[in-house]
Amino acid sequence: MTDQTTSIPVNVITGFLGSGKTSLLRRLLASPALADTAVLVNEFGEVGLDHHLLQRVDDEIVLLQSGCLCCTIRGDLSTAMRKLYARREKGEIQPFRRLVVETTGLADPVPILSTVMAEPVLRYHFRLGNVVTTVDAVNGLLHLERQPESAKQAAVADRLVITKTDIAGGSEIAELRRRLSRLNPAAPQLEIAPNVLVHPDSLLTRDLYDLAGRAEEVRRWLAIESDRAAGGSHQHRHDDVNRHDAQIHAFCLRFAQPLDWTAFGIWLTMLLHSHGTDVLRVKGMLNVATSSGPVVVHGVQHLVHPPEHLPQWPDDDHSSRIVFIVRGLSRAAIERSLNAFGRLGAPALERV
Amino acid sequence: MCSLCGVLGAEGDWTEASTMPSLNRLGTRRAQRLHRVQVVNVVLGQFGLSLRDWQGAQFQVSNRTGRTEFVDNLSQVWRAAERILGRACDPLDPSVITRMERLERTD
Repeated sequence: MTDQTTSIPVNVITGFLGSGKTSLLRRLLASPALADTAVLVNEFGEVGLDHHLLQRVDDEIVLLQSGCLCCTIRGDLSTAMRKLYARREKGEIQPFRRLVVETTGLADPVPILSTVMAEPVLRYHFRLGNVVTTVDAVNGLLHLERQPESAKQAAVADRLVITKTDIAGGSEIAELRRRLSRLNPAAPQLEIAPNVLVHPDSLLTRDLYDLAGRAEEVRRWLAIESDRAAGGSHQHRHDDVNRHDAQIHAFCLRFAQPLDWTAFGIWLTMLLHSHGTDVLRVKGMLNVATSSGPVVVHGVQHLVHPPEHLPQWPDDDHSSRIVFIVRGLSRAAIERSLNAFGRLGAPALERV
Repeated sequence: MCSLCGVLGAEGDWTEASTMPSLNRLGTRRAQRLHRVQVVNVVLGQFGLSLRDWQGAQFQVSNRTGRTEFVDNLSQVWRAAERILGRACDPLDPSVITRMERLERTD
């Protein structure tokens, strides 16, 4: 396993067509904090415009040669990243310390994430950083309802950026925020006003592998619990089940007794093998019987990051808490299954 | 690669990460591997299958008639198991969960 804290972070910026990805990227790259950032975009469809807008960072842009970055040319992404790294090592380009990949609007971002996480050479040099998803305040609700890619882009995000808030109504924005909270309660939602610089800390640089910010990041994931305890889970029971985003929901399971790491690993690999395409994200802080501090696990669909050890618990609550964002899977079935399998290696799990 | 058997070292799977960062000696890795095999066998036993460690490098998934597949890590066990069985190994299948719950009560 490579040391995830020293690998080059790769941020994926995704979002539906016209949701302001490139505008956000342009404003982010204006920050001196991202001066040593390389950018990968593709040149298909809207990307011609994207490229035009990104002229100011032309020395750091590598254009992919094919069309859709996500579905058909994962190999190209891999090749582009390898070439970029080789040029960096040869001293042909400045030694960038971060890579940003901008997807096409119609893209399923997961193949990109899996390229970074699972490709044997890339995962030695790079690691996945925050996934940032832009959602347009004017058309975002419609996209979430009708476009499965849009709902998935929001569900896998680490940060959600609501754009075009200056031309949307207050009630539209409030409803969009509510929908996004339901889809992905663990991701902070940021409204970014037009024409202001965006500091990268809030979106890109603070993540699980940032030693200063990791405890805060994990605490943010688990904030879903208190939201739901306050009644959030009961607000949406009348949603139309035919909507794409209505099939996606999030919940947090909590267990008081320490988990057996082996039993948990066996259960999760089995779950992801059978239902990985419907487990959009898993994020958890586990009390593992053999570890003094908490163990952090997180994954996207079939892929799980190497677990991270935190030196200490963020507070007095030492229960294991696992957030699931799933499509069409039952919380009750997942909880019952984890309880049954968890008993393999440890004393019976006790429901809090 | 092992010069005796010619087995290429597999990429580390996330399930193989130690939960004891201070204890990463070979003995501990071996013990953890054997513990993993033991626990997986409780699950595979519900499907009439078994798992064996092979040279500390791979695992063998077998059924009772001896049909066997080699896999590198836990994440690959379930695909091999399904190929041998010809049906899914779904942990959310109510009958699988019930079997696991009953197993716990009789242990």
